Amino acid sequence: MAIAFTVNGKPVSVEAEADTPLLWALRDDLGMTGTKFGCGIAACGACSVHVDGAVTRSCSVPISDIAGRSVTTIEGLKAADGTLHKVQQAWIEAQVPQCGYCQSGQIMAAVALIEKVGSPSDDQIDEAMTNLCRCGTYPRIRKAILAATGAAAQAGEA
Amino acid sequence: MADNPNPDLDLPEAAVPAEKPKKKGVKRRIFLIGSALVVGGGLFGVWFTDSSAKAKAKSLTVGEGEHGFQTWMKIAENDTVTVYSPHIDFGQGSHTALGQMLADELDASWDKVKIEQAPADMSFANVALAKGFLPSMAGETLAGLLPDAVVGIMARSMPLMITGGSSAIRFTGELAMRKTGAAVRAALIAEAADRLGVPESELATADSTVTHAKSGKSLRYGELAAGAAERSLSSDPVLKTRDQWKLIGKPIVRRDIPAKVDGSAVYGIDFTLPEMRVATIAAAPVRGGKLESVDEAPALAVKGVEKVVKLPDAVIVVAKGYWQAHKGLAALAPKFSDGGHAAVSTPAIYGAQAKLIAAGKADNEGGSGDVDAAFGAAGVKVVEAEYRVPFLHHAMMEPFALTGHFKDGTLTLWGGMQDPLTTRTKAAKAAGIDVDKVVFHPMIMGGGFGRRFPDLVEIIDQVALLAKEVPYPVKLVWSREEELRHGTYRPQSLAKLKASLKDGKISGMRIDYAQSGNADGEVPFVYNLPATSRRHFAYQSNQIDGPWRSVNATQLGFYTESFMDELAEAAGEDPYQFRRKHLPEGSRHLAVLDAVAKRSGWGTPLPEGVGRGIAIVESFGTVVAEVIEATVKEDGSPKVLKAFAVVDCGTTVNPLNAEAQIMGGVVMGLSSAIGEQVTLDKGAVVQSNFGDYPLLKLADAPPAVDVHFIDSGAKTGGIGEPGLPPASPALANALAMATGKRIRNLPLLTQAKA
Repeated sequence: MAIAFTVNGKPVSVEAEADTPLLWALRDDLGMTGTKFGCGIAACGACSVHVDGAVTRSCSVPISDIAGRSVTTIEGLKAADGTLHKVQQAWIEAQVPQCGYCQSGQIMAAVALIEKVGSPSDDQIDEAMTNLCRCGTYPRIRKAILAATGAAAQAGEA
Repeated sequence: MADNPNPDLDLPEAAVPAEKPKKKGVKRRIFLIGSALVVGGGLFGVWFTDSSAKAKAKSLTVGEGEHGFQTWMKIAENDTVTVYSPHIDFGQGSHTALGQMLADELDASWDKVKIEQAPADMSFANVALAKGFLPSMAGETLAGLLPDAVVGIMARSMPLMITGGSSAIRFTGELAMRKTGAAVRAALIAEAADRLGVPESELATADSTVTHAKSGKSLRYGELAAGAAERSLSSDPVLKTRDQWKLIGKPIVRRDIPAKVDGSAVYGIDFTLPEMRVATIAAAPVRGGKLESVDEAPALAVKGVEKVVKLPDAVIVVAKGYWQAHKGLAALAPKFSDGGHAAVSTPAIYGAQAKLIAAGKADNEGGSGDVDAAFGAAGVKVVEAEYRVPFLHHAMMEPFALTGHFKDGTLTLWGGMQDPLTTRTKAAKAAGIDVDKVVFHPMIMGGGFGRRFPDLVEIIDQVALLAKEVPYPVKLVWSREEELRHGTYRPQSLAKLKASLKDGKISGMRIDYAQSGNADGEVPFVYNLPATSRRHFAYQSNQIDGPWRSVNATQLGFYTESFMDELAEAAGEDPYQFRRKHLPEGSRHLAVLDAVAKRSGWGTPLPEGVGRGIAIVESFGTVVAEVIEATVKEDGSPKVLKAFAVVDCGTTVNPLNAEAQIMGGVVMGLSSAIGEQVTLDKGAVVQSNFGDYPLLKLADAPPAVDVHFIDSGAKTGGIGEPGLPPASPALANALAMATGKRIRNLPLLTQAKA
């Protein structure tokens, strides 16, 4: 069946079975591979995107639920002129990624958190940032979120 | 350390597997160079000479207007310097650091330096790595006698292009990159001297330019490259002294990061080709089992599924996309045999390991002095303890994915492996074709941690076989479940430690441990004791054990550093002061230990319920001491509050990145200690995904890791792995201080509950 929705502001239509997770529609049908597959059970967050502004683990949302809705992926965070989102800039500034595989999802989770609460506290960061990172970049993720919101980066590593 | 009477832990060469033939792949990392010394002579003449290897390398990388030097670099006429790294970079930042090392010696402008992955061709086999590992295999003397050409032949015969053993900087960087940069700089000066008609001594280099101050004349590297490339390079160029470094030691940002924050980086799993199909696989749940039967029809009935492929021990479903393949696979009910391993379970393995140690027939023994005499001496206090650590999953965030296309007799592969050359030889063997008929394109990897050493990577064989079955390119993607249940785990291991205390000091210590011989590696014992014995008892289950970040140093670090705290307690001493007493005055180890104690405020009062633990481990030539502050949550699980690490890796090439590596190592070490375990029941892995294999989350990781480097100038050590081993014992020691309860079996889970 054909399912229509918007991705990063552009209307798209995907010909897929209703139970196809949004993740695979993005990756295999639309060729947008910035959103990653990590576990398939919404446990790791590598596949995080925004659906109508809310952070969503796309591996566990069927495409049929997405019809008519608005999806933002890591590829859509940049401004039209190519300027990176302030969270992406903070990620570079703090040199967060190592292997980088989980970072699309981490950034999407961080952007959603900042859009929701403005300047998150350490506790809010703890609560919201549940995506897994095997390289162990968590201290720099925290530092980058605080830096992106103008909070003093006292939580960064020495 | 040089003054340690027991420099090397026992390294079992001849561990006899109990149930299956030994996989020699992991040995390659440390040992194969030793065996290549034997076979190397026989290969001489079969493999191309050093100069033809260089010619081949240049033909692959050097284009119009460019000039190659060795196999490691080229200079373009527009001054761009391209450095070819034989190491893959899966986030450890070694590409940037290797570039820094070469560019510094070359006096190149950093903004004109590019670092690229060396092609997966034999001509790029890493000679420096062979040389680096050689002394530990053949001894310093023999290693020093071998001419470079022979070492080069060895490297290609292995073939050696691995990333592992924390070797990029200490071996490739020190032995190849710096020397190449310095030798090419000398050649550029010689060329400039001839062109300008001035003595070399009057020339200086900076910013990719040779300058003659007296005349004010200068020549750019791009102008000199053609002539310089014709000159013979010194094999022993003068290297800069530390005070002359401009790039080494600087916190230079990594080049790969921008593409990793905007989704544009293309990993192996992201690769796509026109007409490509996607496949996924289910292998026998019990390792060693075979596929007995499968009815293909239910999979073929799923929309988008095109083919079912049977392998001897697995079934593969090929479809238009991953989701259809996944659904097709889920529709199947394949029958697998258990390979006769139905009795294998986690408790059974521990039981067998304990029996093996009790029987006392070690496969390898190291140490010095008479520990039995020390234990039996009058007036000593004897302390004993048994520790256990489970199998661990690598949990690289990108599940295995490899694309293959078999066309006109050639197999082309795209994906990420820790050794591009062995990937080719393994695929060739599986496909039954000549290695020259296998092309491999290395790609970015979503982690590795030891999981991507081709010898142990079955997806290479699977894709080699699958690609021959289909006319189109096919990408095989493992599910997380497949990844977790068919790992090459850190081995499950059991250890019995025994020591005698005399006058408050250790008079003898014995470490007996049973585990697979696959995962052994260099773990120097840091303490100076009168008598030591370390005995390895080789035990092989039906699982394939393998190197897991920091290899043997994690389990041995946990055993010895937990036990040191137990001995300190038995001696009635502070754990830090007790360790000090057994480390030589003036040693790197003591400096590192003292520094971490000072930075962490060791001995200062702590809030109620909070404990502080210390540990020191040397691995891969780097000494790391860590202090962890932790408390126990209501459910009994640990809560890490603070983490401190002091590191002596000799020279810190890129402090920004080295800090990230240590920080990540601490987090991964804590994660494994707190919640990770792979257990076996009826020969099969019990866990299935991150739901029952929990990795540490941000909230439970230390908010920051205080990382401090001591640039001792000692021989450069590794940085990717050494941060990990002290973390788990430091945490266990902190919990013991907080609760009075010693936990000897990992993972900690809720064992600290009062």
